[in-house]
Order: sequence, then C-alpha cells, then structure tokens
Amino acid sequence: MQVYLPIAEMSVNALLVLGMGGLVGFLSGMFGVGGGFLMTPLLIFIGVPPAVAVGTQANQLVAASVSGVLAHWRRGNVDVKLGVVMLIGGVIGTALGVWIFGVLQRLGQIDIAISLSYVFFLGTIGGMMMLESARAIIRRRAPTAKRGKLHRHIWLHGLPFKMRFHRSKLYISALLPAGIGVVGGILVAIMGIGGGFLLVPAMIYLLNMPAGLVAGTSLFQIIFTTAAATLLQAATNHTVDAMLALLLLVGGVIGAQFGTRIGSRIPGEQARLMLATIVVAVALKLAWDLFAPPLDVHSLTMGVV
Amino acid sequence: MRVPRLGAGRLWVARGLGGVAGLALAGVLAVTLATTVWAQQLVADLSSHLIAITTGFTGTEVVLFGTTDGAGDVAIVVTGPKMPALVRRKERVLGMWMNTRTVHFSQAPSFYSVATSRPLDQIVSRTLLERQQIGVPQLTLAPQDSALDSREQAEFREALIRNKQRAGVYTPTTGTVSFLGDRLFRTNLYFPANVPTGLYNVEALLIRNGEVVSAQTTPLVVSKIGFSAEVYDMARHRPITYGVLAVLGAVAAGWTAGAAFRRV
Repeated sequence: MQVYLPIAEMSVNALLVLGMGGLVGFLSGMFGVGGGFLMTPLLIFIGVPPAVAVGTQANQLVAASVSGVLAHWRRGNVDVKLGVVMLIGGVIGTALGVWIFGVLQRLGQIDIAISLSYVFFLGTIGGMMMLESARAIIRRRAPTAKRGKLHRHIWLHGLPFKMRFHRSKLYISALLPAGIGVVGGILVAIMGIGGGFLLVPAMIYLLNMPAGLVAGTSLFQIIFTTAAATLLQAATNHTVDAMLALLLLVGGVIGAQFGTRIGSRIPGEQARLMLATIVVAVALKLAWDLFAPPLDVHSLTMGVV
Repeated sequence: MRVPRLGAGRLWVARGLGGVAGLALAGVLAVTLATTVWAQQLVADLSSHLIAITTGFTGTEVVLFGTTDGAGDVAIVVTGPKMPALVRRKERVLGMWMNTRTVHFSQAPSFYSVATSRPLDQIVSRTLLERQQIGVPQLTLAPQDSALDSREQAEFREALIRNKQRAGVYTPTTGTVSFLGDRLFRTNLYFPANVPTGLYNVEALLIRNGEVVSAQTTPLVVSKIGFSAEVYDMARHRPITYGVLAVLGAVAAGWTAGAAFRRV
C-alpha cells in the first residue's frame, strides 16, 4: 500500500514505514531508549530527505516520550523541578540547533553534519557501553551490586547559581542541568533524536542523580525539547511531515509494547551489550558512507533553499 | 487553453473517453475528426488536464491524442515548471566526501519528457532540435556562475541532467507516438510518483521534411489534492499552526497509547 508523503514529496510503502516504526519501537521498548538514533538513519536510507527525516522524527518523539513518561509519572519517578531547569536549557539548545540546522542546510553541509554527529556520538557512547557491558558480563559471578557511584567533587560542582532539588536530594548549580539540557536540545534539532542516550549518563555521572529518577526526568524534558524542535523545524525549515510521523507513531507504539515485555526477560548487561552492538553498527555504517566513494559526486536540489 | 474551433465539441468528447483509451472508439472518431478539422494542421489534446496527487498517488499516465492533416511526424514535448536548481559537487576532504562546490541554475525544468513517432535524429536536423529544444541534450541549462570554464559548465549541466534522470523526472529515452492510420496519433505520457507540482506545458509538433510546420500547446496542471494538499498548504502557509497541531497531535497520540496499554 503506497502512501504519498506531502512534505517529503515522495510515495512510500505504508507497511514498510509501519514495520520500521514497529521494529524501532520494539527495540526502544526492549532497551528503554528513544530509538531516534535508529529511525533517522533508516528514514534516510529509504530515501526520505535527511532534513525531513530529522524534523519528522522530532515530532514522533513527542508522542513516544509522552507515552513513556506516563508510566514513570505514575510511579513518581519524575523530578519536575530539575526537569524544568533542564528544559529551559533544552529549549535554548533546540532553538540554537534549529538555527545551525538552517545555516548548514543553506551551505549544503547538513547531510555531512548529521552523519558526522551520528558517527561521533553513537561511536563514542556505543563503544563505551559495549566495553562496560562486556566487562559486566565477565564479572557476572560477582554479586549484582549496582555500578559504584562515586560522589566526587569536581570543578563542575563549584559553579554558581546553586539550587536545591529536593526530589533528587541534590544541591547543585542550576547551570549544570541547564547545560546538559542545551546539549540535548542541540542534538534533538540536528540529529532528530531525543538524546536520552547522552542525557541519562550525564545525569548519572555529572549530576549524581538517583538512578530511579533519571529515565523519567530525562523523558519529561525530552517531551518539551522535541515539541520545541517540531515547532521550530515546522516554522523555519518546513521539514515536519505529519503523515510520516503518524505512520511511525502507530508502528512505534505497538512495537514498544512488545519490546517492553521481551526486554523485562533479558538480563540488564546482555540487553546493554545488544543495544551497544546495534549503536556501534549504525555508527560504523554511517562512517563507511562518509568515506566510501559516493554513487554520484554531484547532487541536485530544486527550488530555493 | 484550446481555442474554440470547428470540431472542438467532438474533441471534447474524445478527451473524456481518452482516459478509458478505447482504441476502437478512437478509430471511429478518427474518421469524423479527419473530415472536420480542416483549418488546423495538427490538433491534440490530453485525456486529462489535471494530475491530482492524492494520498494514494503512485504515478499516473495521461493519454495524449490528436490528429494531423496528412502524413508527417509528430513530437510531443512535456515541460514541467521551471525553477532554480543547485548542483553540488563532492570532493574528498580529510578522506570524507563533502560538498565543496555549488553551482546555481536559475531556470531548470522540473520535469521533461519527449515522445516521437520515429527516432528523433531521423526526423529532424540537429539545428532544429537545438532551436526548438527538443530532447534532453538540447535543453538550455546555463549555470549562473560566470566564473566557470566551459568544461565545468558542461560537467554541472550533465550532473543536473543525470540527477534528474535518476529521479525519473527527465525521461532518458524517447517515448513513442503511435499512428493509427495516417492521421490519428496517440501516446501515453507517464508521470512518476515524485512528479513535481505546478503548471506543465505539453507541446505537440508536426514535423514534415525536417521542419516544424505546426505546433500546439496544451496546459497540464499537476497538483496535490485532498488530505495531502491540505497538509502541504498548511505546512507552507501557516507553519506555526501546523507545528502546534503536529505537537498536539503527537501528545494526544502518546497519551492515548500510554493510557491504552496501561493495563496490558
């Protein structure tokens, strides 16, 4: 069944897109990640213009994070105050990112910028996760102690504007969560991902937040950064395809439900190793595309850019 | 649009039926058409003047048919709306392939296809092809960048054509116009799913002894219709509203999904 995408201006097989949404939703439910980092490259792979893929993905992520945050909210795992401070930074970062996106688009460098940021972030995070989970599996026999969280004091904790976050039992500079938010926002705008894979470790290691609150709080602020990204991309770059977002959403929601159930049966380290393998594979594929000679060294853009 | 003339009524009937492409019927009409259309050496029309891009659009065919006042060759040239184009060239930078050069073309047809009754080079001379801009190689595509040398001009022009052909919107091969008898001709014009929207010109040329003796231009509109058109219009003209609706829709969808699967 073919469906015409009005903004991407192309016709795609609806079942294929639903299936992609389902697969990515399945993986995101299984591993508890947003899945944007898989979806954007997949969309580009089937021929959706990178700019539209990124803009639409932001829209889809709004829905994914809303449905994800509900479960955390019910269990009281959201630190709203910290989330709000983060999202102030997040919205600033998004605006900055959308602006950078537009500039790069006009310069003709957006595709390579998207690929490079993917290779860099996915390669780094994926590699680290892979090492860490491999080590954890080797040490399997050891008692299932949580990863040792060191409450170290580094220069970051000496920043001004200290604020008390009761829910997380933290007394830290507001600049820290806001700064993390800014980075997350830029990622949403340029890469079309929620940025959870970067926010979660940053919140654990830089903010020393209680692990139970991290996922809910990061999802909470991702709702707002992705919403801001959708709005700004739609308003300035015209790159949000509501039709495509709808298809991805339906597939993603269904896939996520199955993924969550399967995921609960897989041991944590193994799940992390699998996820890390996928992340690294995507990074390697994109890196390969950057260095391999292209099919055609010339490309064409019609209309005023 | 077509000027009212003798036989226009019958042509109109034929236009309605052309979509159904009843060959037998066309044959019957051919007899009547041939006797009534005296004044014009060439008359042609399309089975439809509107290509509607709906949500289920996967490309379409439009039948062009017409009649001549005697033997001769027919060439059909379909040109999409002209618009600016940017051609970029990648080069290796630190081992990566990166866009390093951009060339602007101010007026490039967004769509172009040709159909003829015989291979082009057999019916007209090269000069005529160039004068009338028949055939992809003959298209006038001049880069705006005056600093380009002629070799680079040719390179970017070819790149534009190659990319357009790969996208299927510059047809690399010449389609065939088939004659039914001496006078009645028809051809199927194919438009792919990614056909650019806008006002198209469909030009029918009658060629005798290597010269164009008669020509007729028919408009064709390619337009988004229905839901996809509304989405596109809103995204273009009321982008803020569109963005707000997209966000609200996503929030509603996510909320519904989260609530629906709560018990499962």
